[in-house]
Amino acid sequence: MNVLVALTALLLLGGIVYLGVEIAGLEFLFGVIIPYAAVLTFLIGLVIRVISWARTPVPFRITTTCGQQRSLSWISPNRIDNPSTTLGVLGRMALEIFLFRSLFRNTRNELREGENRLVIGPSKWLWLMGLAFHWSFLIILLRHLRLFVEPVPQITLLIQSLDGFFQVGVPVVYSTSLLFVTAATLLFVRRIVLPQVRYLSLPTDYFPLFLLISIAGSGIILRHFIKIDIVRVKEVVLGLMTFRPEAGGLPVLFYFHLFLVSVLLAYFPFSKLVHMAGVVLSPTRNLANNNRRIRHVNPWDYPVKTHTYQEYEEEFRGKMIGAGIPVEEEDNG
Amino acid sequence: MSDYGKIILGLVGFLVLCTSPFWYQVLSSDGLPAPELKLPVGEQGCVESKEYMRALHMDLLNRWRDAVVRDGERIYVSTSGREYQMSLTGTCLGCHTSRADFCDQCHTYVGSENYCWSCHVEPINLRVEAR
Repeated sequence: MNVLVALTALLLLGGIVYLGVEIAGLEFLFGVIIPYAAVLTFLIGLVIRVISWARTPVPFRITTTCGQQRSLSWISPNRIDNPSTTLGVLGRMALEIFLFRSLFRNTRNELREGENRLVIGPSKWLWLMGLAFHWSFLIILLRHLRLFVEPVPQITLLIQSLDGFFQVGVPVVYSTSLLFVTAATLLFVRRIVLPQVRYLSLPTDYFPLFLLISIAGSGIILRHFIKIDIVRVKEVVLGLMTFRPEAGGLPVLFYFHLFLVSVLLAYFPFSKLVHMAGVVLSPTRNLANNNRRIRHVNPWDYPVKTHTYQEYEEEFRGKMIGAGIPVEEEDNG
Repeated sequence: MSDYGKIILGLVGFLVLCTSPFWYQVLSSDGLPAPELKLPVGEQGCVESKEYMRALHMDLLNRWRDAVVRDGERIYVSTSGREYQMSLTGTCLGCHTSRADFCDQCHTYVGSENYCWSCHVEPINLRVEAR
């Protein structure tokens, strides 16, 4: 059901492009106005999101610890999994952001038939697919710079020559294109095949996957099957980059690709995709575990009125003695 | 709380990184440089139509290579019925003599690497070297 909701949303988007460009001829809307609006939504939405997170106070260290805390000098601490210094935190964050270290700990539980016991074992597939997916995505983004910038940056040329190293087909097939589609498809299949994950999956889990698979798919078709006039594409994109937009002269599928990218950008700050910013701001990861060495005072603690036992006894000593209740200090006045 | 400054700094860094293609474009060039092709003078047209060649020339060259190298066929019959020798050096470069004035104009513009030149050589250079 959730899959169908997401799929319907995607089909609707596709229908909108087809009707808009092919039937109504709104190439300027889909080629210029919507992309500009989407980029603005992405940038402003992300800024608002991050600032709202930045304003949220984190008075205490709520680090998740996965190793020995730094304590006595003869106990060896785990400097990365239980960081006590900023350097350790930087190491931990780098491993988290670039290698998805916490996902590497992913485990799978299953009740073995016949054995009647729960077996917990490592499960690296999600980590591997996630890593392949995100890194391919980054490389694909960097490859696209050749259409956004003139002259084409050297780094882009280097990346694409490495990516198309095997020179299969004309235009050359990039290995990250294949890797991206494979990984995204497997991430989708995982949600369908594993009953526990399917139970947890919402339309908002399927939708970004469908969106990304469609973007990648349309890009691959444009490059390898339709063989779009790439010079025209660059003219149009450079027109957008220099605020001298001109639309037209390109097939509907190009507008489909562009529109879905626009949807992705506009959807980004309001959805789970914002984990791109969130991963950096996870208080369970980006704080040093120094709770016991440094005193952290909650800044908005209410100044609590206290009435100590000494003060109490001082006040009621006479009555307590009269009632035979033992007191700590006999009357000294 | 105390990290507010650091987070804003990171955010600004991200925004600069995100919009860097735009700044690069604004700072690195004046106007929109478009490829300028030097077309051969006195020719009626290419092997196929202009639109076809523009989008699919690499496809055609690939098929020519396969036909010549694998099947030994050397004659290409175009959609208009004319016969051509399937040869990059002879037919293509016979008219489009300069790689820099023709091929590289678009290929550099869109950053598309063509590996024709790892085997083939421009006839112009060949004549110069032979002298």
